[in-house]
Amino acid sequence: MTTPLLSLRGLTKAYPGVVANDDVSLEIGRGEIHALLGENGAGKSTLVKMIYGLVKPDSGNMQLNEAVFTPKDPRTARASGVGMVFQHFSLFDALTVAENIALGMEDAPAMSQLAARIREVSENYGLPLSPDRIVGDLSAGEQQRVEIIRCLLQDPKLLIMDEPTSVLTPQEVAVLFETLNKLRAEGTAILYISHKLEEIRTLCDTATILRLGKVVGTCVPADTTARDMAEMMVGTTLKTPKRSGSEPGEVVLKLDQLSLPPASAFGMPLREISLSLRKGEILGIGGVAGNGQDELLGSLSGETRASVGMIEYKSRDIADMGPNERRKIGLLSAPEERLGHAAAPDMSLVENAMLTGATREGLEKGGMLNWSAAGDFANRIIEAFDVRTPSAANAARSLSGGNLQKFVIGREVLQRPEVFVVNQPTWGVDASAAAAIRQALLDLAKSGAALIVISQDLDELMEISDRFAALNEGRLSQPRPAIGLTVEEIGLMLGGAHDLETAHV
Amino acid sequence: MDLSAINPIILIAALISAATPILLAATGELVAERAGVLNLGVEGMMITGAVCGFIISVNTGSPAFGFVMAAVGGAMLSLLFAFLTQVALANQVASGLALTLFGLGISSLMGQNYVGIKPPRLEDVNFGPLSDIPVLGTILFSHNPIVYVGLLIVAAVWATLKFTRAGLVLRAVGENHDAAHALGYKVKRIRTLAIMFGGACAGMGGAYISLIRVPQWTEGMTAGVGWIALAIVVFASWKPWRVLLGAYLFGGITQLQLNLQGAGVAIPVEYLAMSPYIVTIVVLVILSADKSRAPGSLGRIFHASQ
Repeated sequence: MTTPLLSLRGLTKAYPGVVANDDVSLEIGRGEIHALLGENGAGKSTLVKMIYGLVKPDSGNMQLNEAVFTPKDPRTARASGVGMVFQHFSLFDALTVAENIALGMEDAPAMSQLAARIREVSENYGLPLSPDRIVGDLSAGEQQRVEIIRCLLQDPKLLIMDEPTSVLTPQEVAVLFETLNKLRAEGTAILYISHKLEEIRTLCDTATILRLGKVVGTCVPADTTARDMAEMMVGTTLKTPKRSGSEPGEVVLKLDQLSLPPASAFGMPLREISLSLRKGEILGIGGVAGNGQDELLGSLSGETRASVGMIEYKSRDIADMGPNERRKIGLLSAPEERLGHAAAPDMSLVENAMLTGATREGLEKGGMLNWSAAGDFANRIIEAFDVRTPSAANAARSLSGGNLQKFVIGREVLQRPEVFVVNQPTWGVDASAAAAIRQALLDLAKSGAALIVISQDLDELMEISDRFAALNEGRLSQPRPAIGLTVEEIGLMLGGAHDLETAHV
Repeated sequence: MDLSAINPIILIAALISAATPILLAATGELVAERAGVLNLGVEGMMITGAVCGFIISVNTGSPAFGFVMAAVGGAMLSLLFAFLTQVALANQVASGLALTLFGLGISSLMGQNYVGIKPPRLEDVNFGPLSDIPVLGTILFSHNPIVYVGLLIVAAVWATLKFTRAGLVLRAVGENHDAAHALGYKVKRIRTLAIMFGGACAGMGGAYISLIRVPQWTEGMTAGVGWIALAIVVFASWKPWRVLLGAYLFGGITQLQLNLQGAGVAIPVEYLAMSPYIVTIVVLVILSADKSRAPGSLGRIFHASQ
């Protein structure tokens, strides 16, 4: 490598009460895919925001192409050849693809010309996309293409990608990686932020690891194990979750031909899902998002009601019970979306603890709320699950994703569920928090509870589940013992080759 | 009852004139709402414009200058709203309601010495022989300049929103202010400008009432037109040409029911008086059944750190 494309020296940025970046230095060469690794709150976002001109550093300097680089806003950064693809897409749902792209360009050509260029670039890089479609109608992967093409149209020298694969299906990830490799071959440098260590190992040339705002190391990902990288991020040795290995007991939950019509025009129906769940076992349910995961969780939690005879809990028909009645008898659940579904963003942790814990923890008597007991309960969750927050009175929104996830899961686990259904328990959570959550789920199963874990992370499911089933187009495959399942078999199950379903089709 | 006394040609010409205040105010509010700002102070900005335009016209003898200053007055008052909502990050609904009450109050104060005075008249545009064309001449070429200004503003707003980059940026800010900020657009500046445009249009609409429709100054003379303008923006699905349709429909039925009252139709006056509100809302509700929806960030406070 000759002179680097971008070099950062001693960047420091402090916010009230926290130093987000402390003396961070790194170099990115031309045509290099450089990974930026770190736990939630390690300062990755702040760092890239400084490069993209959204945040000004307190001290330190940046050089781009050996010239001093001080972007005062994203426009200057873009003009200097820095493009960024955001984690939460910076797109406008009601506008078309072409309009969205024009908004991100400094000298946008006329719409007809722009549409032609979009088609050209999208074909060149294997990212099919039609300029006239409304962005709100596109899938997550297609929306990301809009962002990428928006960057590519400006011939960036450096492309920043913030957790680009967290919302993509495996197929979409493969398409994305091809595009990124092609860009690398053309000399574009890429700064790649991700939690997914295996992805970084296959894609990236070098990695810089941040912890608590400081650079704690660099490595060549291909020569480093995922475990070593995770340990550098966390700063301690990682504990691998331990399986219980206990014998499953009697059947506690039984689904019999559970079918539900779709809740909305874009929803997925549930089609004849049958399963029986035993005490002490973890049933892992895999599948690409949007194949009925939310609907399945909703029908188990009681948010949507199934017909009589479809759901049986301890030999009792619970089809017409609402969420609170189900909680009372021991069937608890934790939905996927932390902010808005699992937790009320603007309410404090105490209030959030009260919301689901009132019945089982005895926090409510005759309609009166016992706030001191709720406070104790919230503090127990915070302590047991190492939730990092100044106090239980903080709003749920103020916690980082991983910490809130630990709280949301901990809140249910501490209510001693007999059946616990959880969707995406570790989505967007860093390695150490994920390990802690998985361990908690395993411990819960060991204590005799039955668990259904719905996840898109196959490694996670293989690590903790006793049996594995795949959800595809609202159908559930026959569960199979997780130990000994090969990647090919899982792939077939995910693809919808349900050996028992053929009879119905 | 004598329906033959109602001349349809004069009725149409009159509705175009009657609809202009609503049209102006609603178009201005449409721009503000497309930028994501819900300004419920339209009524207050209209009445302030009405009194400003009136005072300036009476004192200078120039109604045209009066309209200009009415726009300036409306825009000045809207700056107060912009300060509250964009700088102090106050709630938009509460600030808008306060702005209406404040505008009603300050206009009464300013207009105390002007009650009962007749303002100078704004001459109609002279189209020469064009206004002698039968039917069309009366309908299209017999109005004062502000009617045409109003139509031009609607056309300009439509074309700007649809075809220009400035319009695209404005819509983007209203659709998703966080994303617009992330791309480096100045959300607060754009919104402040949109609020001021809304204020200027509302001010001109108010002056149209005090200088042309009535024409004199009385307290609270806008009498709820600002609220109708707000409703029309929503039911027109934030589309300029539908705002025009809604305003004309409302103006038209107002005129028609007045004529019907004059003709002595055997329907209680109260029913006739409520008919414009009902018909306008029913028609626009039916039209808005398509999939168009409010701008995504409408009414939400923008704070750069979130």
